[in-house]
Amino acid sequence: MDYNFHWRPVFKSLPDLLESALLTLEVAILSMILGILFGLALSLIRIKMTGPLKWFAVSWIELARNTPALLQLFFFGFGLGAFGIHFSPFLIVLLGLTFNNSGYLAENFRGGFNSIPDTQIRASLSLGMNNFQTYTRIIIPQVLRVVYHPMTNQMVWAVLMSSLGMLVGFRELSGETQFFASKTYRIFEYFAATAIIYYVIVKIILGLSRLMASRLFKY
Amino acid sequence: MESPSTYFSGFNINDLLYLGEAALRTLWISFWAISIGSFIGIFLGLALSVSRVIAYTLGAVLDVFRSVPLIIQLVLFFNFAPIIGLRLNPFEAGLIVLIVYTSAYVANVARGGIEAVGIPMRRAARSLGMTYWQDLRYVVWPIGLRAVFPAWVGVALGVLKDSALVSILGYIELLKASQILMTRTQEAILILSIAGAFYFALSYPISYYATRLEQRWSE
Repeated sequence: MDYNFHWRPVFKSLPDLLESALLTLEVAILSMILGILFGLALSLIRIKMTGPLKWFAVSWIELARNTPALLQLFFFGFGLGAFGIHFSPFLIVLLGLTFNNSGYLAENFRGGFNSIPDTQIRASLSLGMNNFQTYTRIIIPQVLRVVYHPMTNQMVWAVLMSSLGMLVGFRELSGETQFFASKTYRIFEYFAATAIIYYVIVKIILGLSRLMASRLFKY
Repeated sequence: MESPSTYFSGFNINDLLYLGEAALRTLWISFWAISIGSFIGIFLGLALSVSRVIAYTLGAVLDVFRSVPLIIQLVLFFNFAPIIGLRLNPFEAGLIVLIVYTSAYVANVARGGIEAVGIPMRRAARSLGMTYWQDLRYVVWPIGLRAVFPAWVGVALGVLKDSALVSILGYIELLKASQILMTRTQEAILILSIAGAFYFALSYPISYYATRLEQRWSE
């Protein structure tokens, strides 16, 4: 083994790496928030509606679930150029992740909604609640319990998938790492440091989610 | 003056064959990654379920592969292999990383399957005179498989889609082939759609079949 490890450049650029890790978190959280909104809408459309709207929701969900995330990013990055639409790298990653998250979350939500028996809706309606109250007070809290863990997993996935931003020129954690790695030729050292940062981020997310779960689901 | 677009040649029927061949390569690397990874993963899952000490130590190691983006793992290993004197081509390096990645996920699935069987059932098998391996083969395997087969299909499909990332090492599978064609023809949306259709055709039938199977078993 005649390779000498040089860790000094990594330590020197550690502040930059950590700052770009914030960008990773930012895009992951934003895509999760949008993904939850779209996913909720898609799952409700898929359950309740018929016709072209349902067809649209089903094809969104199945396309998001059955093609690689990287291909979806490329589609937003390069494919839409055919229509003269050009996004910034940040938007490419955000839209790609949102598209992907919505598809997966929609299926999770569908499982959650299906796990609540219809009798609950009828019972709350006959207690005098209107539709809105029924959903916000009876159905959604129960669904949240079912989909909480899948949602946590999806958040972790969003962080991991955001690393694909490196291939569309987005300078989040992976992109920044690649930038420094190609500047210094210390590829292994930089990517090892990045792997550790990702690991810590994922552990923090899982820890926070466990903490939140113990507060949210006391009963 | 000629327009620069004449430097590029359009998409023709040979390119479709080229993409088809690349899709077979995607299938080839995923097939080996899934089969070898599942085989190793089942034994890892068995080890995880045997003792608590192993579950904590081995579990923590496997957890790393699920908490670091695959793309980082690929770059890291591809650049680490030469340091310890291994000469690997992109296919071998990609396959090794995918195998480890698959087995880390399958280990968790397998542990879930083994735990789904339950201690009383296994004690009963042992007291009927079965050996340890007979208990595993004739009691744990058939019951556990039923419990976690859908989860395993999910992992396998995930690996099929994640194999797209091996393209960054230079292995010409479906996504890399479409990148090459996009550079030559400049028809990004057409080629990405074809590549997406190939992925969809590989993934959707399996996921549809697995959902149906799950429904039938749950009745």
